[in-house]
Amino acid sequence: MTTQLDRARGRDPRRTTPPEATSAGERGWAPAEHAARTPEGRTRRSGAITSRRHALRYAAVMALLGSLSLFFTLGILGYGNPMPFGSSGYWLIAQMRVETLLIIGVVTFCQAMATVAFQTATNNRIITPSIMGFESLYIAIQTGAVFFFGIAGVTMLTGLPQFLMQAAAMVLFATILYSWLLSGRFSNIHIMLLVGVVIGGGLGSLSTFMQRVLTPSEFDVLTARLFGNIGNGRAEYLPYAIPIALLAGGVLWWRARRLNVVALGRNTADNLGVNHKREVMFILLLVSVLMAMSTSLVGPMTFLGFLVATLAYQFADTYSHRMLFPMAMLIGYTVLAGAYFIMRNVFYAEGAVTLIIELLGGIVFLIVLMRKGRL
Amino acid sequence: MSDHSTATLGSPPDDAVDGPAVHRRSQRRQRLFTPALLVGLLITCGLLLLSLATGQYEVFSEDGFWMFGITRVPRTIALVLAGASMAMCGLIMQLLTQNRFVEPTTTGTTEWAGLGLILVLWLFPGASMLARMSGAVTMAFIGTVIFFLFLQRVTLKSSLIVPIIGIMLGAVVSSFTTYIALMTDHLQTLGIWFAGSFTRVVEGRYELMWLVLVVTILVFVTADQFTVAGLGRDMATNVGLNYTAVLFMGTAMVAVATGVTATVVGVLPFLGLIVPNVVSLFRGDDLRSNLPWVCLAGIATVTVCDLIGRTIRAPFEIPVGLVLGVVGAVVFVGLLLRQRKSGGLVT
Repeated sequence: MTTQLDRARGRDPRRTTPPEATSAGERGWAPAEHAARTPEGRTRRSGAITSRRHALRYAAVMALLGSLSLFFTLGILGYGNPMPFGSSGYWLIAQMRVETLLIIGVVTFCQAMATVAFQTATNNRIITPSIMGFESLYIAIQTGAVFFFGIAGVTMLTGLPQFLMQAAAMVLFATILYSWLLSGRFSNIHIMLLVGVVIGGGLGSLSTFMQRVLTPSEFDVLTARLFGNIGNGRAEYLPYAIPIALLAGGVLWWRARRLNVVALGRNTADNLGVNHKREVMFILLLVSVLMAMSTSLVGPMTFLGFLVATLAYQFADTYSHRMLFPMAMLIGYTVLAGAYFIMRNVFYAEGAVTLIIELLGGIVFLIVLMRKGRL
Repeated sequence: MSDHSTATLGSPPDDAVDGPAVHRRSQRRQRLFTPALLVGLLITCGLLLLSLATGQYEVFSEDGFWMFGITRVPRTIALVLAGASMAMCGLIMQLLTQNRFVEPTTTGTTEWAGLGLILVLWLFPGASMLARMSGAVTMAFIGTVIFFLFLQRVTLKSSLIVPIIGIMLGAVVSSFTTYIALMTDHLQTLGIWFAGSFTRVVEGRYELMWLVLVVTILVFVTADQFTVAGLGRDMATNVGLNYTAVLFMGTAMVAVATGVTATVVGVLPFLGLIVPNVVSLFRGDDLRSNLPWVCLAGIATVTVCDLIGRTIRAPFEIPVGLVLGVVGAVVFVGLLLRQRKSGGLVT
């Protein structure tokens, strides 16, 4: 009954190996930089990078992604600018495009960091933080403001203190939820996830409920605010969103080695001297900050994070978060900037960018779901 | 079949829970009609009468009776059929998957039905109700089969993952639906459809709901087979049940009920999840004697939510799906937390 034993062990293979390889037996996992002397006296190492080929592949993928990102960045900046080069109008348009690029950058940074960290904390590579009700909460706050204060409510939600209040509300919600569900004798991460999902669904219904009651003009104002998209993100938030996102991301980066241990699962992490529960709570808190930033800039995106994280595991093929994070960010930037560039200049449909990404991510999600052996 | 790891929750597996119940039934068959059931029946009938009496139109005027006949009566009939059938769907799916958190909205079945609807609207503009319904039923069936296949392919660490995956699967499907709707200018239709409502139910639009009654009667007839199927594939096959046939039959029933309800009424979230679970909290897991209770509770829940939606902002109506979404979420979270304390609701 090897399957029974595997199940009792309750960990999934830390690599995206093809199914036949995982069913043949999980590969062992050495801690980082573990060196041992072989009888011949050569030093054998095993770390985040397993071989020279692996290192080369990682570097090649990063280089390719980097050049693609650069290409799309320059394309978005310079392609199809109607003004003559160097005139004041040209620079004005270019400046607006810089804002778009910044939004793309911040959103992918947040989504990539948040999803990878979240999947590590929950020890599950199939779920994303976006289903945990953050976006529904954001929509509920926006709708509630219009519902209770009319069109004045919209103006009440624009500006620095209001932006910070919204972000704080989201973080507070997350903190209460996690600390309540993950503490005590009955802590169970799956229940916490499901509660988050259900609360998200309930909040969604509540928002729709409020929207049904609005006057048409109020509803128009609200939809214009809610359905943020890349070409029409709320650039006025950028000055606050960038430092906050960088701060949260920086803390995650700084604790990346702890994340590596957390990824080994609760029992192993506890035995290695990392307080697993506390660590998970802290990660989830940072994730909620990152998600708040992303949602406030462009509104809800369900599958972008999933797409990015999944591809990063596939290409990087390592457990080290310091290698996964940059890879995920670059992939996200390439995908989002590429989609924006193509949709804008080929199909003239900037509004559909997020929808296209969702479709892509959804398809990848289905493929991964059908190929995976255990969840 | 996916059997769940019990290490995570530390409670006995399903068949250990069901085992004694089945054993007890062989000794003493539970009576179907008890005084308590009569009380429940009376309460439900009272609610339905209330539903008949609630509305904006003065039914005691000259043409009041005619109005009563074309709107109130059909609406109440639709409430009964939708409430009973969706609650039953949840029960069947929970038995077939051996998972307490499965129902049409947490497996993506309703989203698939929506995709079917949009596809029919897109490919055959001006299609009849029957054609739309066929599209919804077909896609709901395909979607449910896909979900069951997926459940058989993967081993799960916790049964709580199943609804999460199902909801994400639903999100994928609905992103496709949204895309098609956006391209074909059906977004508004989709929005109206996704908030289930009995407002549109009038004479001439609801007759197809009677199909659901057929499904409901079939469930009563085949209840024991589902109970056995709920023991899992191996056990069921050992006692001489054609497991695959039962699985297929259950899927077909769920698809028909979900598709028809989705076309006529719209999405009714959480109904199939909270009703069977609350009933088994009080009465244990004997399917045959629980069925009438599940029906009654389903009808009562939908009727109460519809009455709330009708009266809270009269003369306007709030779709029942939204009321159910809010109420259902609260009850669901309550159930989850209760399970967290006792560890007895799921394995």
